Amino acid sequence: MARRARRERPVQGAPTARDFKGDVTPDWCAGCGDFGVLNALQSAYAKLGRGNHDHLTVSGIGCSSNLPGYVKTYGMHTLHGRALAVATGAKFANHELNVVVTGGDGDGYGIGGNHFIHTMRKNIDLLYIVMNNETYGLTVGQASPTTIVGEETKSTPFGNLETPLNPVAMAIVAGATYVARAYSSDGPKLAELMYNGMQHKGFAFIDVISPCVTWKGGARVIFDYWKERVQYLEDHDTSDRAAALEQAVKTGHETQLGLFYHDTSRQSLNEMEPVLENGPIAHQPLGISKEQGDAIIEKMM
Amino acid sequence: MAKYDFAIAVGGAPGQGIETAGKSISQIFARYGLNVFTYTAYQSLIRGGHSFLTIRISSEPIANHGDKIDLIIALDRDSVEKHLPHVSPGGALIYNSDDVKQEPERDDIQLCPISYKELTNDPDRKRLMLNVCASSVALQLVGVDLSMLEDIIIRAFLKRKGQAIVDANVAAAQASYNYAAEHFTPFDVQFEKQDPPLAFGSGNMLMAMGGAAAGVKFYAAYPMSPSTGILHWMAPNARDLGIIVRQCEDEISVVNMVIGAAHVGCRAMCATSGGGFALMSEAIGSAGMMEIPIVVVNVQRGGPSTGLPTKTEQGDLWQVLGASQGDFPKIVVSPTSIMDGFNTIPELFNLVDKFQCPGMVLTDLSLAEGHTTFVPDSINWQPEIDRGELITDQGQTEDEYLRYQITDSGISPRAIPGTPGHMHVVATDDHDEDGGLISDEFTNPHKRRDIMEKRQRKMEGIVELLPPPTFEGPEDAEVTLIGWGSTHSVISEATQMLTDAGIATNHIHFKWLYPMDEDAINEVLAKSAYSIIVECNYTGQFARFLRSETGFKADSHIRKYDGEPFMPHHVVDGARELLNSKTDLYVPYQEIVV
Repeated sequence: MARRARRERPVQGAPTARDFKGDVTPDWCAGCGDFGVLNALQSAYAKLGRGNHDHLTVSGIGCSSNLPGYVKTYGMHTLHGRALAVATGAKFANHELNVVVTGGDGDGYGIGGNHFIHTMRKNIDLLYIVMNNETYGLTVGQASPTTIVGEETKSTPFGNLETPLNPVAMAIVAGATYVARAYSSDGPKLAELMYNGMQHKGFAFIDVISPCVTWKGGARVIFDYWKERVQYLEDHDTSDRAAALEQAVKTGHETQLGLFYHDTSRQSLNEMEPVLENGPIAHQPLGISKEQGDAIIEKMM
Repeated sequence: MAKYDFAIAVGGAPGQGIETAGKSISQIFARYGLNVFTYTAYQSLIRGGHSFLTIRISSEPIANHGDKIDLIIALDRDSVEKHLPHVSPGGALIYNSDDVKQEPERDDIQLCPISYKELTNDPDRKRLMLNVCASSVALQLVGVDLSMLEDIIIRAFLKRKGQAIVDANVAAAQASYNYAAEHFTPFDVQFEKQDPPLAFGSGNMLMAMGGAAAGVKFYAAYPMSPSTGILHWMAPNARDLGIIVRQCEDEISVVNMVIGAAHVGCRAMCATSGGGFALMSEAIGSAGMMEIPIVVVNVQRGGPSTGLPTKTEQGDLWQVLGASQGDFPKIVVSPTSIMDGFNTIPELFNLVDKFQCPGMVLTDLSLAEGHTTFVPDSINWQPEIDRGELITDQGQTEDEYLRYQITDSGISPRAIPGTPGHMHVVATDDHDEDGGLISDEFTNPHKRRDIMEKRQRKMEGIVELLPPPTFEGPEDAEVTLIGWGSTHSVISEATQMLTDAGIATNHIHFKWLYPMDEDAINEVLAKSAYSIIVECNYTGQFARFLRSETGFKADSHIRKYDGEPFMPHHVVDGARELLNSKTDLYVPYQEIVV
């Protein structure tokens, strides 16, 4: 496997998806839905037109969380479930970076559920892409927070009893300002949603149906399953939160795709923070002045 | 110049203005130029219950609340009943005779009953000014000019509550002061102003200030007693000082945000107590693995579990030493005083920046919530800042950049995201020099060994820079007291008291706890006589740690785990008892109970 550090090739003209290809070959199973997500993300990065070093890709742990190694940007492969918290700190430290968070359903909706809710509520300016395959793939196929009722898995041999989480509805309710659902097999549409999510000033969330070919009955079975169940939203007003929620709570696997909700009226937390007005805090001189110190002491006299 | 060592205590129910009275009295003495240290014993309640605040005033530098109480202000009946025995002979007790009908039984102290009804014109009868009345009486007894209190009342109330409230309080203060002058006998101790005035603040405030001086640009927290004071300083000062302050959903988020901000180039810090620290453990290991410099403060309270939220202990040593799975470089430091807390933060940031690892400050409630006076000029707002091998140049590199380059020192130059030409992935999985995951290569044992040894080599560099424990007192002594962190001043005073009483005593004290330089420490320990380790926990956590690192086994132990901090006489009594008995453990009795 190639293990060279990534040197940034001087980009001639506009960058292409190829310029964002990482030096490491993905170790995903052949046919995994995550390949579609990776390709779309490389296209979206390229379309943004910035240098490779201007992006930070942050992930947690799981099959899909290996993604930062497969793109040519700065990357952080953090702890299981903690990517959003780490990314929030990174974004505050340098809000000029384009910070994208990737991960899976177990990582984001299970162990990371608390951060998922609160990062949306705070409306941090991030793009969060969840590769939702409804299973814990890397730990060899247990039920996840999005596994459907009745499904037999390694941890639910008698069928799953628990109701799955509805991430899109949850995002709309929790305060995300850009909420979409996508299908990993539709690359162009996915790349467009990602690009628009990066452009969005606030928390952008895309739940991507990214089928697992290993623990869901094989590639043919699972892709056929989804193919007949997904359809794009039509005649939907993305600025209408109630309408978005109404679409999101339609039950079962007959799933709507596309942009559910887009609120451009709310400022992101980063934009609301006056401390960031002078530029990234990571670039500010350290320490405080004698005058600032004297003012602090004066209040203690 | 006159010599003073005097203590005033205020007892009452939370909501009666104990903190206000305590702060006012402390500030007055600070403005007099006298040294003050305060400690509040309180319960985990917002209203009801009982609090007891001790203000020690001295002409000498002090860093603990001392042994005796000369004057007690009892704001309720409960305080009279609880604390009557704690007034030193020759002292005085101020209480509200409207409440306490039966005269307290002590003939060796002065009883100072005051009638709130007679001293104030307070129609709502909520007794909101009782603290002002009682404080005025106390100040009169020790010869402090009332104008000092009036100034403070005006400063505290004028903006928030208006002129009418100020007038009522000032009138109550004057009436009480005059009443005391007519009816009570002043103390022999009459305080005189000694210039210059001193500043006054808590351990939490000074650690936060140390963070600001060190260049902290990102601070995150989840509220947890007794560490919340740092958040409460950071939040209002954030915008003036250019610091991002975030309150998070839990401590896991807190430390992970700090890691994210630190990785992108900020000096980032967080604070919590034992329970929150437990939640941070996994991420502290990830900072070790990704080699990201962070500072985590653990302000200990009584454990285990939720434990004693408002009480002190040194019970988290093993938790902090053992935080997170696996071996990784880390630094643990325990400040020895409130003022040392200020200096420790920039010192630790320089070390963690240089060695790219997590640093942990282990302090406790007794220092963090204790307040002290200090000379304003003693604060160094421009401490040395050394960020280590940080790549900030914006140029392209000619060579391939390896984030985890294997070097002799174990330190690999660190590029921050946003810098052209240095892209890499940092990973919590173990990784190769370029950040690529070793586990993806079916776990390469040789690469694993190389990278583990690279990281751990940093410990050799750290050990060289950490100062050995301090040694105070005569080389030729009968007893050696050994302590760590917050107990420094108590043990120092006990050392002096024992020596004065004819038992020659010296004192070895540890600030830098981990990593330990075995040889350097054994050199200091070799000077010890009959050795007693003094610490605030049940199992002797430090004694066991010191033994495991150096092979040193102390002769005996003084341990306290009742939630209240040591007073100097606890250590003195313990040393005497241990010298005269065949036991090797002394557990002091806590006299003052709230």
